[in-house]
Amino acid sequence: MKENGKFIKRAMVIGGGIAGISASIDIGNAGYDVVLVEKLPSIGGRMLQLSETFPTLDCAQCTLTPKTVETGQHPHIKLLTYSEVDRVEGKAGNFTVKIRRKAAYVDWEKCTGCGLCQEKCPSKKPSEFDRGMGMGKAIYTLSPQAVPNKPVINPSNCRYFLEKKCRVCEKVCPVGAIDYEQQDRFVEERVGAIITAVGIDLIPKETFGEYGYGTIPDVIDGLAFERLNSASGPTTGAIRRPSDGKVPKEVVFIQCTGSRDPERYMPYCSRVCCMYTAKHARLYKHKVHDGQAYIFYMDIRSTGKGYEEFIQQGMEEEGILYLRGRVSRIFRDDGRVVVWGVDTLTGKKVEISADMVVLATAIIPQGGTKGLAQKLGINTDEYGFFTEAERKLRPVETNVEGIYLAGCAQGPKDIADAVAHANGAASKVQGLFAKH
Amino acid sequence: MGSIMDYLYFPGCTLYTKAKNLDQTARNCSLLLGFELKELPNWTCCGATFPLATDNIMALLPPSRILARARQEGTTLTTLCAICFNVIKRTNRLIQNDGEKREKINNFIEMNYQGDLRVLHYLEILKQEIGFPQIKERVRKPLAGLKAAAYYGCMLLRPFDEMGFDDKERPTLFEEFLEAMGAEPVDFPYKIECCGSFQSVGSPEVATECGYKILGSAIKNGAEVVVSTCPMCTFNIDHKQSDIKQKYLDFKSIPVLYFTQLLGMAMGLDYQTLGFEQNFVDPLPLLKEKGFI
Repeated sequence: MKENGKFIKRAMVIGGGIAGISASIDIGNAGYDVVLVEKLPSIGGRMLQLSETFPTLDCAQCTLTPKTVETGQHPHIKLLTYSEVDRVEGKAGNFTVKIRRKAAYVDWEKCTGCGLCQEKCPSKKPSEFDRGMGMGKAIYTLSPQAVPNKPVINPSNCRYFLEKKCRVCEKVCPVGAIDYEQQDRFVEERVGAIITAVGIDLIPKETFGEYGYGTIPDVIDGLAFERLNSASGPTTGAIRRPSDGKVPKEVVFIQCTGSRDPERYMPYCSRVCCMYTAKHARLYKHKVHDGQAYIFYMDIRSTGKGYEEFIQQGMEEEGILYLRGRVSRIFRDDGRVVVWGVDTLTGKKVEISADMVVLATAIIPQGGTKGLAQKLGINTDEYGFFTEAERKLRPVETNVEGIYLAGCAQGPKDIADAVAHANGAASKVQGLFAKH
Repeated sequence: MGSIMDYLYFPGCTLYTKAKNLDQTARNCSLLLGFELKELPNWTCCGATFPLATDNIMALLPPSRILARARQEGTTLTTLCAICFNVIKRTNRLIQNDGEKREKINNFIEMNYQGDLRVLHYLEILKQEIGFPQIKERVRKPLAGLKAAAYYGCMLLRPFDEMGFDDKERPTLFEEFLEAMGAEPVDFPYKIECCGSFQSVGSPEVATECGYKILGSAIKNGAEVVVSTCPMCTFNIDHKQSDIKQKYLDFKSIPVLYFTQLLGMAMGLDYQTLGFEQNFVDPLPLLKEKGFI
């Protein structure tokens, strides 16, 4: 029991992806208050970037948006977006968390989310959210259905911050919400339990010298393909290659790029690439009927429910060509992307002159994961993923009482597993609260 | 650049025969750059291939003996031939890191060598010890407008962990060298691919195909000349151009020069001393057209 005898039955969830959202809703539905902290301007996480999801081929946003909206409107959930955890003190039942609320340069109290500022903003730069596949404005929201639907200004793209002129958004804002003088500020929240549900990144394609160090425009990563294929993406879902906007007729997908490669990159399996690559190839075939999709793979790991059937359908009914082998080099030749690989089943070298290549790059923890672990006093493994209390029997607990794990920050997971993990973390929090 | 420095130099067999022009031009260029290649006394063949079988001590003895003798003369050993460089550098690394092999080798050659020699390729000396900016200052006749494809081949670079020569997948050292001489480096995808190596003896068609692809790719990317560091590569992509032409009717020949020949020309050496008569495809028409000679 705490010194003052009072155990705070209020939880914090760090990270507003599908895991963090799921955990927050669970805890909120149990009647406990939740503070959800998200570093981006709105919640949704990686899933918001996806086009469709395996194995059902549901539209990701269509399944996610009801959840984000529910989170935004939930009477027990307090959203702190565009915010990062700065310091954590205390112990289970009585944590004090100092949170940095980043300057949005927009007064969200005044802002009505009309979107006029984004429409008129003259600054266009390659969008990080769209993985460079499209342009984004300096004042932006992550999606038209963003929760909360409030924009932020990115000072490194904004003409006013860079050149001290422009101020277009300020002029057009009907409620005077733009505030260029806004500063980061700090708030403190007191909670009894914390769930960390920070997510993942992909190992940058610039890492791979054999694949051109990211210099070949038509070599993209899996998330970039998601954006290309997304109805809300930069091409409104048309598959067009980045270099010249042409519809690619031959696309090579390379699994295990940087995964299961202990000598050079990551030794572990990223767990989702077999499935999302099959999904990519199938979605590509749905849109480009006369196109050919090739998939280089090491093994097919399709262990989830309905997953193997999903792969088989792609092979047998949609004409996707699976080649078991690795790719040694990719280079540009006359506007095409030449892929040198090997088909180890026939023992032959394979050369494919493709229009576009999609790399299923390894999943890695987000940059700030280690720093957050230090603030929380929990452990990470050698790759930076959070370490659970026990590998088999305590997968959501940490070595600190009152701090739990959810989703991919503990290790690569698909959506179904991340949600299940989050449900587990949420039930641990409820158990802890019920006990006191 | 100050006083004359000496670098111990292991020429290797081909540098005395087929690749005399590589040897001569390298020695002459060194003098202009303020250092001397001091030939290792009593050198022998390097062995020509690094033994891949782990218990094959015998093939390690020639390069080990070369290293042990060189250590008695100095601390840095340089080579020009990429194959010699590969064999000697890898043997040196093995002696450094594998105590058991080191002892066995030392017992065989009856010498005591601990692996404490620096093995540098001539290009590395130019970059690390002399510096490309300094070479640029020495250039009398910049090779302006010469579109040159730097062909690394594989021996300088592979295996990456052992050779440690520049970036493993996209080296640029050779291109930087060409830029220092005022030439325009041409990037081409085959620059680190194998030339076919000794296949030119047993299965010449394999080497011919390699040569066709390498040169074809360089030409397609705008190269007027291909620049090589290696006598083996040069044999396959220069001397074998007649075979390539016979097999591939669309093939157009292209001069292949040693990097030291270009260096000598840029530093103002008389072209008649650069050994162009040993190049199979005559580079003189191109060099005249470009106004370099």
